[in-house]
Amino acid sequence: MTDLAERLPPYARSMGMRIDGMLDGAPLLAMSRTDRATGRPGYLHGGAIAGLLEIAAIMALHAELGDEDARVRIKPVNISVEYLRGGLTVETFARGEVIRAGRRIANVRAEAWQSDRTKPLASCWMNFLIQPKS
Amino acid sequence: MNKTPEAMGGRPIIPPDTPFNPALFNHSMRQFGHTGFIGMEYRSHGENWIELALPWREDLVGDPETGVLASGPIVSMLDNATSMSVWALRGRFHPQVTLDLRVDYVRAATPGKTVFAWAECYRLKRSMAFVRGLAHDGDIADPVAHAAGIFIQVEPESWAATKGDAA
Repeated sequence: MTDLAERLPPYARSMGMRIDGMLDGAPLLAMSRTDRATGRPGYLHGGAIAGLLEIAAIMALHAELGDEDARVRIKPVNISVEYLRGGLTVETFARGEVIRAGRRIANVRAEAWQSDRTKPLASCWMNFLIQPKS
Repeated sequence: MNKTPEAMGGRPIIPPDTPFNPALFNHSMRQFGHTGFIGMEYRSHGENWIELALPWREDLVGDPETGVLASGPIVSMLDNATSMSVWALRGRFHPQVTLDLRVDYVRAATPGKTVFAWAECYRLKRSMAFVRGLAHDGDIADPVAHAAGIFIQVEPESWAATKGDAA
């Protein structure tokens, strides 16, 4: 877990994101309540939600790759975010699920929620390119 | 519901049908919240399009080894630019929320360079606004990212909330 937390990029840290343990075998991302994530009055910014989903997806993939992770670079290819309900300006969680990690491509889904995991505020799919480190 | 600026964390409520001035709107948004933190700047606009800029900053980096910006701030800027393009086309402000947004990362943004977002509303209907845009770091013919999305037009009552409101 310490290793994974070290992989959180400066953007994730400055947005108040942290790894809050594991949930059902994947890293649980938490984003503190912060004005830095607020969009329209009283709600989270769509971009901040997308950013949290991306970090959750990236961390899920790092965790899934295990030992292989040190030998490869992962590059996000694309993301599609669905906004399901307004996110309030409270602590927000997200978890990625690696659907498939092949030799070159990984397909990952992620969901974000607040007080109730069964009521996600947004979900996404992301595709990644996996390349050997040169 | 208390809608004073104080209850809204300092953000003033924008009444629907307020004439939309993109430069003024962005200046106002930059005082607060996510738009303020990311530091998006207004560049220019036309009848149905908006251009914003995001100067490179170390605390927005996604890969410390290369200094490449995280994709999150680029999505945020594309979200703002596409959203503002709808109001540019309307000529006035109207509450809306993002239904979905898809972004293709064509290449990594060059470390240290300002990233620009250009976005347009290509069709505005009663309930939905269809938008598209791209991000680049100096040459629009060599984009960093491509975006497509839809905004749902909503009533003012469901757009802004105080902290006590349910999601």
